[in-house]
Parts: sequence; structure tokens; C-alpha cells
Amino acid sequence: MGLVLLFNAFNGLIQGAFYALMALGLALILGLNNTINFAQGAFMALAAYFAFTIVPYVGFWGALIIAPLLAGAIGLVVEVALVRRLYSRKDPIYSLLLTFGLAFIIQDLIRTIWGAQGVPLAIPGFLDHPLSNTYFFLTGYRLFVVAVALIGTAALFAVLRFTRIGIRIRAGNSDLETISALGVNIYLLRSANFVIGIIFAGVAGILAAGQLGLNPNMGDTLIMPAFVAIVVGGVGSLVGSLLGGLIIGLASGITTAFFPAASEVVIYVIMGIMLVVRPRGLMGQEGLFE
Amino acid sequence: MSTDLSSPRTASTKSPGKFTMSRRGLGNLILAAVLLAVPFWLPLVGGYTDLASRVLIYALAAMGLNLLLGYTGGLSFGHAAYFGLGAYGVGLMLKYETHSTLLALLAGTLLGGLAAALLGPIVVRRRGIYFSMITIAIGQMFYFIAVRWNSLTGGEDGLTGFSRQPIHLPGVTLAMGSVDFYYFVLLCFGICATLLWIILNAPLGHTFVAIRENHKRLTFLGIKTRRYIAISFAISGIVAAMAGGLDALLDNFTSPNLLNYTLSGDFLIIAVLGGMRNFYGPLVGAVVFIMMRDYVSSITDNWMSVIGLVFVVSVIFFPMGILGFFNRKSSS
Repeated sequence: MGLVLLFNAFNGLIQGAFYALMALGLALILGLNNTINFAQGAFMALAAYFAFTIVPYVGFWGALIIAPLLAGAIGLVVEVALVRRLYSRKDPIYSLLLTFGLAFIIQDLIRTIWGAQGVPLAIPGFLDHPLSNTYFFLTGYRLFVVAVALIGTAALFAVLRFTRIGIRIRAGNSDLETISALGVNIYLLRSANFVIGIIFAGVAGILAAGQLGLNPNMGDTLIMPAFVAIVVGGVGSLVGSLLGGLIIGLASGITTAFFPAASEVVIYVIMGIMLVVRPRGLMGQEGLFE
Repeated sequence: MSTDLSSPRTASTKSPGKFTMSRRGLGNLILAAVLLAVPFWLPLVGGYTDLASRVLIYALAAMGLNLLLGYTGGLSFGHAAYFGLGAYGVGLMLKYETHSTLLALLAGTLLGGLAAALLGPIVVRRRGIYFSMITIAIGQMFYFIAVRWNSLTGGEDGLTGFSRQPIHLPGVTLAMGSVDFYYFVLLCFGICATLLWIILNAPLGHTFVAIRENHKRLTFLGIKTRRYIAISFAISGIVAAMAGGLDALLDNFTSPNLLNYTLSGDFLIIAVLGGMRNFYGPLVGAVVFIMMRDYVSSITDNWMSVIGLVFVVSVIFFPMGILGFFNRKSSS
């Protein structure tokens, strides 16, 4: 039992790493672009398919870098052409429905170009086998997923903390008007922020594809838990989103050990409890986006 | 059963003492006539009656949603949950408990409505974008319950093994074929639309609109805005649940997809497409959306892209919807 529990908990943490990566991207875009990006899951799948296509030419490692950037480029086009038009509208429904429709279009394009059938993504051989005979669940790839998630998150926080653009993004989160008046080009800033969010989704997509293979709807299963992660962690806090993702991943994994049928429902139960006990989430600020 | 449909609606809008019929009253009459005659003219233009029933069902769900969305200002992205609960309620009742279509519909409506009434107070703890994220997540919870609770709900395959039963009224038996069922849906639609209209013109409805327009001010005036939003949430959930129940009766089948957030998105775009500041906006939106989806999915495999484009175009170019677009033109 102990081993099974350990296995599920570890599995849950890896799942949580995916949730956290998705939630970080979503939270970034929500913060500065005031948009719930429903297309995040579709962008994630898009990056994974880009990786699938370019792996024969640049290898897995090249694809891990290039494919998210390609998806980011598409994201940039979408932001400049469409999302940007809606910043001035107060009601959040418009950006919500826009990205919702975009998700349809992107998924349909993926289906048309690459086919509706799932395909596997080749991963480097040395990552593919178990590290130990006792702890059969410890494949190198799973540790690799955790490592990439950690590096990505650390990089994001370093950028936000120490670089000029990061400081501006944080400033924009708290008062967009003021930094605009101070001479920051907020359109450029918001575009950059959107692209960074998409790149995060792209990395999550490639990692997920290496583990579970690709299919056009692969983002659907991750985007809802990412929403929950944001609510649990607290809107407006990136650290909160990160923690939220890990917590619900872990909870889902542990539940799988005892009551597999409830492994998905449990994360919504956690969210419900959080809303009753502490409506602003773990680290959320009071009154944001309301 | 159907001729009395238009009278309460026109009566409620006609101001007493005036003998000239108001423009709205006339519009309602024409609308009622057109809807009543659907089984006669729709086949002539290449439609089929079940499609009209579907349009009315989606219009009803979107109208219920619009009480919350367009009139109270609460952006729920999870109304498919109450729609789906209504559908499962009807399906399970007919399969295991009763042969009465009416009783099953009542049970389904109560099930979905009860869920909305109970969850409302939790949901309204937050507003704005937060509110939508919470509603959508709660909706997904029901989706996963339906998918996982195989023994009761049939899991991903959906619930089968029930069918709508003939309705026995004193002196007459409705066989509930396509046409009968259309009139049954129309009756439900008429009743709900009338009730919604009455609510909107009552102090309750004015409070909803006031909350939408200036939430802070109402709070300062000492009005418990959360309670009112929860009431709006519950009412709109009840209406959505009834629509869901009717949908189960239409198909004699329910699928977990009826609980999924993509359907919530459909309801939202129907309301926005038609015009969410107009009472009949959702009806217009449902006519356009359902007809278009039915047609496009019959001619191309890429119908999802077309639907996606509908979302994008209507959001960018017609933010006030079709009715809003025409109203603006006529007033300017």
C-alpha cells in the first residue's frame, strides 16, 4: 500500500507540474491582458504538433526550444490581430468568447493538418527507461518533466524579478494606466506578456506529448485543472497558481490510490472548500478582477 | 393547448386602459403566430420539426442564462451543468421511476434548479472574471461525475433506454410525435418566457438590472447584492434545467457533453449573437446559431472552424448582437 501511495502521489505531483505550467501561463495572460485565454489548451496542442513535425530535423531538444517559440509567434499574430481589439471593452465576456472560438479554430486546423488520430512523440532513449527496479514508476522522463517545470518556473520568476520587461509586467499588473503615462508602450508589453504565456503552454504541451502522445484535444484535459489551480492559488498571484497546480495534482494523485473514480472530481471539491473557507484563494489579493 | 400561449404574454405587456395595441404587443402576437405555424411552413423551406424544437430548447436555455448574463451582469460559463442535470434528471426518472413525461420533466427541472439554488450562494462570493472561472469549474465537476458514475449515468456513452411517453390529458391523448412534441416545447417556452418577462418587470428584475449597472452603489444603499445575484442564478438555472429536460425528451438520450463547458459556451454565444440586452435576443441567436450549425456540419468536416469564426466575428464586430445592431440603426 505504501508503495502504491508513493507511486500515486509522485504521479500526482508530475500531473501537478503540468497544471502549474498551464496555470502560470494562464495567470500571466489573465493578469496583464485581462483575458481568460480559453485557447491556451489549443496553443498547447499546437506547440506539441509543431514539435512532432520538427523533431526529425532538430531533434527533441531543438524542438523543445523552437516549437513553443513557433506557437508563441502564432500567439503574437492572434494577440495583435484580435485579442488587442477587446482590451477597451469592460465586460470580460468578449475576450472569453473570442478565445473560446479561437480554440475551436485552432483545434480544427490541427485536425485538418495532422489528422484526428493520436500520434506518439519520440523522446530521447535515455529518458525512457525506469531508473530503479523497485520504484518502477521513476522513469527518467518523469523526473525530466519535473526538472523542466522547475527550470521554467524559476526562469519566469527571475525574468519578472530582475529584468526590465519583468518589472514592467509586474508594474502593469498593479497599475496599467500609470506605467502607460510613464512612457511604457503597454501594447508592446501586453503582446510580449501574451507570448510568454503561450510559450509556457507550449512547453507544457511538448512535455505532455512525450508522456501521453499527441491528439488535437490534448489541451482540454489540462485547461480546466489549470483554472482550478488559479482559483485555489488565488487570482493575481503567480506563486499561488504554482502552488495551486501542485496541490490539486497531488490531491488528484492520492485520490487515485483510494478511489480512482473521484480523481477528477476531487480537485473541484478542493476548489469548493477553498471558496467557502477562503474565497480569495491561498495567496490571492482581495478585490482583484472584480 | 396552444392557442392560449400568446394571450398572457401580450396581456402582461399591454398597459391597461389603452385600446391601441403597443408595438411590443403586436410583435409578440406575430412572433407567437410564426412559432405556432412552424410545423406547417418549416418543411416547405427545407427544415424539419425536430430542428425547430432544438432551436426553442437552446433559446430557452440561453434566455434563462441571459437573465443572469444580460440583466444581472453575471457571466456564468457553467450553465450547461444545470441544463445537463435537467436532462439526466428526466432520463433517469423515465428510465427507472415513472412513465409520466410531465412528472419526469418536473423532476429534472427541480434537480437542475436545486443544484443552481444550492451552488449560487457559493458562486456569488466572487464577481467578474473570477465568477466565470468558478462557474465553469463547478460545471466541469458535474461533467466528471456523469462520466465516472458509470452504473447510474452510462458513463461516456450517455444514458439510453428511455423515451418520452404519450401525455394523457382529459379527453385527449398526445402521442408526442415530432409535431406534438414541438408544441409541448413551445408551451414550455411560452410559459418560461412569460414568467421571465414578469420577473424582469417586477421590482426584482429592476434590482437585477440595477446591480448590473452599478453594483457598488446598490451595496451602499444597503441592498444585499449577493443575495439577489444568487436568486438570479437560481432562476436562470431552473430555466436552463427545464430546457435540458426538454432536450433529453427530444433525443430520448442524454450525453455527458450536455454538462460540458463547450455547451455553456454555445449558450453564451447564442445570447451574445442575438443580443444580450434584448429580451428576445437569445431566441434570435438560437435560430441563427442552430440553423447555421446544422447546415454547416452537413456540408463540411471543418464545421468547428466555421463555428469558431462565428464566435470571433460576432465578438469583434457585433458586440451588441443582431438585435442590438438593428436597434442601434433604427434609433440613430
